[in-house]
Amino acid sequence: MARLSYAQAGCLALERAMAADPAVVVLGEDVGRGGIFGQYRGLQQKFGAARVLDTPISEATIMGAAVGMALAGLRPVVEMRVVDFALCAMDEIVNQAAKARYMFGGQGRVPLVARLPIGIWTGSAAQHSQSLEAWFAHVPGLVVVTPSNPQDNCALLAASLECGDPVIYMEHKELWTVEAEVDPSAKVPLGRASVLRAGADVTLVTWAGTVQPALEAATAATARGVSAEVIDLRTLWPWDRETVLASAARTRRLVVAHEAVRVAGFGAEIAATVAEELGIPVRRVGGARIPVGYSKVLEEAARISVAAILESLLQ
Amino acid sequence: MARIRAFENAAEEASRGGVSAFGAALSASVRVRGPLHLSTGQEAVAAGVCAQLTAADLITSTHRGHGHTIAKGASVERMMGELFGKASGCNGGKGGSMHIADFSVGMLGANGVVAAGIPIAVGAAHALKLRQRKALVACFFGDGAINRGPFLEGLNWAAVHALPVLFVCEDNRWSATTATGAMTAGEGALARAEGIGVPGKRVDGNDVFAVHAAAAELVAQVRAGQGPRLLHAITYRVKGHVSVDPATYRDGEEVDRALQDDPIPAAAARLRAAGATAEALAQIALEAEREVAAALVAASAAAWPDRAASYTDIQDTGSGRWRA
Repeated sequence: MARLSYAQAGCLALERAMAADPAVVVLGEDVGRGGIFGQYRGLQQKFGAARVLDTPISEATIMGAAVGMALAGLRPVVEMRVVDFALCAMDEIVNQAAKARYMFGGQGRVPLVARLPIGIWTGSAAQHSQSLEAWFAHVPGLVVVTPSNPQDNCALLAASLECGDPVIYMEHKELWTVEAEVDPSAKVPLGRASVLRAGADVTLVTWAGTVQPALEAATAATARGVSAEVIDLRTLWPWDRETVLASAARTRRLVVAHEAVRVAGFGAEIAATVAEELGIPVRRVGGARIPVGYSKVLEEAARISVAAILESLLQ
Repeated sequence: MARIRAFENAAEEASRGGVSAFGAALSASVRVRGPLHLSTGQEAVAAGVCAQLTAADLITSTHRGHGHTIAKGASVERMMGELFGKASGCNGGKGGSMHIADFSVGMLGANGVVAAGIPIAVGAAHALKLRQRKALVACFFGDGAINRGPFLEGLNWAAVHALPVLFVCEDNRWSATTATGAMTAGEGALARAEGIGVPGKRVDGNDVFAVHAAAAELVAQVRAGQGPRLLHAITYRVKGHVSVDPATYRDGEEVDRALQDDPIPAAAARLRAAGATAEALAQIALEAEREVAAALVAASAAAWPDRAASYTDIQDTGSGRWRA
């Protein structure tokens, strides 16, 4: 056990994978200097510039080259800096990485991990603050992972690096400096949610940067006589349907909360599934369908608040 | 070249009524469904380049990729099975003409997106370099691809990292129904490559001997570790964009001139002059026709994929069988 930040925990998982498997390589902008969030710090010194590869600002080719590397026997980790920049590589993610195995009839596989950080990043405005996880969950062929704490970031990145599928790995930009005790050998399987708080009256499903506000809202709800069970989904595709349905079957009420825009967000998928399967009331809390503004006042308008989650829990 | 021509002629015939585009109606009885992009008249580029490659070398291709695939050594029978959508196809019927691939011969896939093969080729070459393999990657793309960003990005990347890639611009002068020249500033593929620091050669892409010689020179430089090279092969797209496209937007004289410049009779004449007998040349054409005829029979007789195959080879974690 060691006390590590969310960024350091991811770095540790990657370091262990690179030490164990020479096929694991990292490519992206500024990775040699540790990445702009420090999530690759020390790796180039340890493994060399050939395996921790600084690249030009060429998102399409960073992702496309990773597909070629994977088809030719490597396990690339692709740094995209923020999900917003990965939009320059959407053909390579959606048409190439996600499709290659299927459309070539299983002749090749694309075992890559693409790191596409999500979330509002204070003061960074409309092109550096989006939470686009639902876009990727929609695409057959992709796995979508959204860790919410240092321990999960270590364990889920390790699991992603062992997965043979293309993984869209979405860390939250406002969690990088969050610290906690991390056991680097702890295992968390992909597709398994975590019940963070037991409750009897309502099931609250969330992930990534919304986990902490959700826990705060659940605490506040207790004082108002409502006991909320809080589930951190951790993996959006495949999402842990069994855990969510079992919880909702007991509480008979569901709230899904996420920072992403509420309209067509992944919460809609969960809410619809629970409503179809159990016929119980469902509610969604999500961002307004507005770009994230720069000014403090405008940025706040794009965030979902503890108060908004609490209000849904109490209804 | 003869095998490519015979294969595409047969595929074209089997694709009549295969796609509703350019005013053509879809026929229920068609054997090759969907867009079929023919490289008729461009065979010398595929044949001349691939003759310089070894089994360990890799290629990436385009939506017009039958020729490259055959020239790299793929089975015509399995390719025809793929075009027919049969389980016997090299992709098990999951890809068709536009995504045809045969990894067993180092053919990493045709691609339905223009220029998309370029970054993939660059990455595969990067993997070869990191894994200290001696092989190279030949990356085929068309003239239209040089107007997409991945062309700039991929050539820059390959040059920066001195990767073993032979970029092959198979310039058939048409981007779907638009003349590429009217949409392309500057001097074209080779000039752009040289501007990025990727040297190369321009060659008559309808002269298989010239393509072969130019490819030999560039491949030798790539194998010697000198970094990427680009071959700009000028040819002509004799057919329409897809097999149902009558290409009436083109000047008939331009097409007539191209038909006079068919690379296959030209190669045959050169071989005759060098001493090959007419019988030997006739035998090459006959064997190609027989091989393709057998492939048509096999593809017609082959089984359809099991419907359950639509759920396999997608992903192991959260595959399509997963409920919800």
